[in-house]
Amino acid sequence: MTATATPTPGVRKPVAWRRIALHLGCLAALLVMLYPLAWLLATSLKPANEVIASLDLLPSHLEWSNYRTALDGVNDVSVWRLLTNSLLIAGGAVLGNVLSCSLAAYAFARLRFRFRGPLFAFMIATIMLPHHAVLIPQYIIFNQLGMVNTYWPLILPKFLATEAFFVFLIVQFMRGLPRELEEAARIDGCGPFRSFFLVILPLTRPALITTAIFTFIWTWNDFFTQLIYLFSPDKFTLTLALRSFVDASSTSAFGPMFAMSVIALLPIVLFFLAFQRFLVEGMANSGIKG
Amino acid sequence: MTTTQVPTPARTAQTPPVKRPKRQREGAAWVFLSPWVLGACLLTLLPMAVSLYLSFTDYDLFNSPNWVGLRNYTQMFTEDPRYWRSVGATLTYVVIAVPLQLGLALVVALALKNMKRGRAFYRSAFYAPSLLGASMSVALVWRALFNEGGTVDNLFGTGGWIFKPGWALVTVALLTVWQFGAPMVIFLAGLQQIPGELYEAAEVDGASGWRQFLSITVPMLSPVIFFNLVLQTIQAFQVFTPAFAVSGGKGGPADSTLFYTLYLYDRGFVASHMGYASAMAWVLLIVIGAVTAVLFRTSRSWVFYASDTEGGVR
Repeated sequence: MTATATPTPGVRKPVAWRRIALHLGCLAALLVMLYPLAWLLATSLKPANEVIASLDLLPSHLEWSNYRTALDGVNDVSVWRLLTNSLLIAGGAVLGNVLSCSLAAYAFARLRFRFRGPLFAFMIATIMLPHHAVLIPQYIIFNQLGMVNTYWPLILPKFLATEAFFVFLIVQFMRGLPRELEEAARIDGCGPFRSFFLVILPLTRPALITTAIFTFIWTWNDFFTQLIYLFSPDKFTLTLALRSFVDASSTSAFGPMFAMSVIALLPIVLFFLAFQRFLVEGMANSGIKG
Repeated sequence: MTTTQVPTPARTAQTPPVKRPKRQREGAAWVFLSPWVLGACLLTLLPMAVSLYLSFTDYDLFNSPNWVGLRNYTQMFTEDPRYWRSVGATLTYVVIAVPLQLGLALVVALALKNMKRGRAFYRSAFYAPSLLGASMSVALVWRALFNEGGTVDNLFGTGGWIFKPGWALVTVALLTVWQFGAPMVIFLAGLQQIPGELYEAAEVDGASGWRQFLSITVPMLSPVIFFNLVLQTIQAFQVFTPAFAVSGGKGGPADSTLFYTLYLYDRGFVASHMGYASAMAWVLLIVIGAVTAVLFRTSRSWVFYASDTEGGVR
C-alpha cells in the first residue's frame, strides 16, 4: 500500500498534506502495533545468548536449532502430536458450530413455533452469560460421564449450539434472504427440511464461513477450557504445551519457547491472511445489525 | 426425514398462499431447534441450577456435598482478603482497559473513515491483533517484553513491570488495548452508515469539525458505542489467559493480577473448593447482570436511535 496520496488538481494543498500526515500517523501506529509480532519472529530465531543480552531486534545469525528443539515438543510429546490434537479439537468445534447453529438459526429466522419470542430473547441473553457461571457444573457433569481428559467436553457442546453468538449471526444473515425463495420451493413441493438444505443453506454460505473461521480461531486460542479438562501430556494442545514454559522462564529456553509460539500462531495468521475479508466484514456486521 | 407434501390442486386454485397444517410445521421447527434446546437445557440451565445449589454446599469433587447454608458467601465477603483483592484487580483492570481500548478504537476509526486509499489495508492490519491477542503465544511475548531487560525496560528504563504490583496490571491492560481492532471495525462500519447529508448540511451552517463530531457523529454512533461498551465490559470481566501467562498462573505480584476468573480457577480446580467457586461464579453472574442492566438503563439518556424519531427508518 502506498502511503502517499497524489494531489488532484481540484483539491486544495492543505488537504493533501493532511492526508499524508494521516497516512504517516497510521503507519507509525502500525509499526508499534506489529512490533510484538516482529519481536516474536526475531526472537524465535535468536541464539540463546542474544535473547536478553542483545538490544537488536534482528538476530546476528539465524538459529534454526530453536525450531528443531521446539519440534521435539514438551514432555516427550512431539509438536506434530500437539498440532494434531489442536487441529482435531478445532476441526470438531467448527463442524459442530456450523451444523448446530445454522439449524437453530433457520428455526428462529424463518419458522413459526410457540414461544418463539421468549426463546429468542433467552438465546440472545445467553450470549452475555459468563462462561464461568456454568463451568463447574459442566465439569462435574462431564466428570460423571467419565469424559474428563478426553476431547468430548471441548467438542460436544459445539454440536448443541451453545455458542449463541453464531446462532445470532446466522439468524441476522438469513433474515436478509428473500422469502420468495422458500415460497417458490414450497410450491415446488419442498418441505422445510429440503428448502433448508437445498435453498437456504447454500445462500447462507458467507455467514457459515464467518462462523467456521471465528470458531476455529477462538477454539485454537482457547486456554481455560483445555486447562481444566485435559491433563495427560499426550492429549495436550499447543496452547497447553506452551503453558509448561510459563513457569520455567529460564532464558536458555526462550528461543525454543518462542519458536513453538510461532508454530502455534501460524495457523491463525494463515487463516487471517486467507479470509481477512470474511473476518472483518463478519465483525463489522455483528455490531450494526444488532 | 423429509416430509414432502404435494399441494392439492383444488386448494391452490382458491387460496393463493399454500399453507401447510400448522402442527406439522411447528414440529419441523422443533426438529431444527432440538440441538439448541438440548444444549440450552443440559449445558446452560441445568448447570446454572446445579451451581446455585452447590454454592450453598462444601462440595469438593470427591465427597458428596453437604449443605452449609450461606457460609461460602459470608466467608467470601467477610473472611477472605484474597477474594477482595481479586475483585479490586478485576475492577481496576476493567476501568483502565475498556475506556482506553474503546477510545483508541474510536480515534482510529475516525481517522480511517474518510480515507480513500489504503483504508481496507489499515482496517485489516489493525484488526489482526484482535485475533492473535487471545493466544498463549502473544501472552508469552507480552510477558517477555515487559520483563526485566525486555524491550520496554530497555527503551524506557521501567524495570520489570511484571514484577511490580500496580504495573503488572497495566501490562495486562495494555495487551487488551492492543486488541482495539475488533471494536474499531465495528465503529468504522457504524460511521459509514451515517448519512453524508448531515455533514454537508452542517458544513453549510458553518459548524466546525469538533462541533460536527459532537452533534452528529456521537449521537448517530451512540448505538454502536453502546454495543461495544457492553460487549467489551462483559469480556473484560472474564479475562483469563493474559493474567495467567503474565503472572505464571499465580496472580502475582502480591495478588495484583489475581483476576476474578483466575481466583475462581484457583479455588475450584486447584484447591477443589467447588462449592466456594460456585458461589464466586454466581456473584460474577449477578455482577455482570447488574452492570449490564445499569448500562442499559443509562443508555436511555444517551443512546440515540434514529428509528425512534423518524418512524422506523433503518
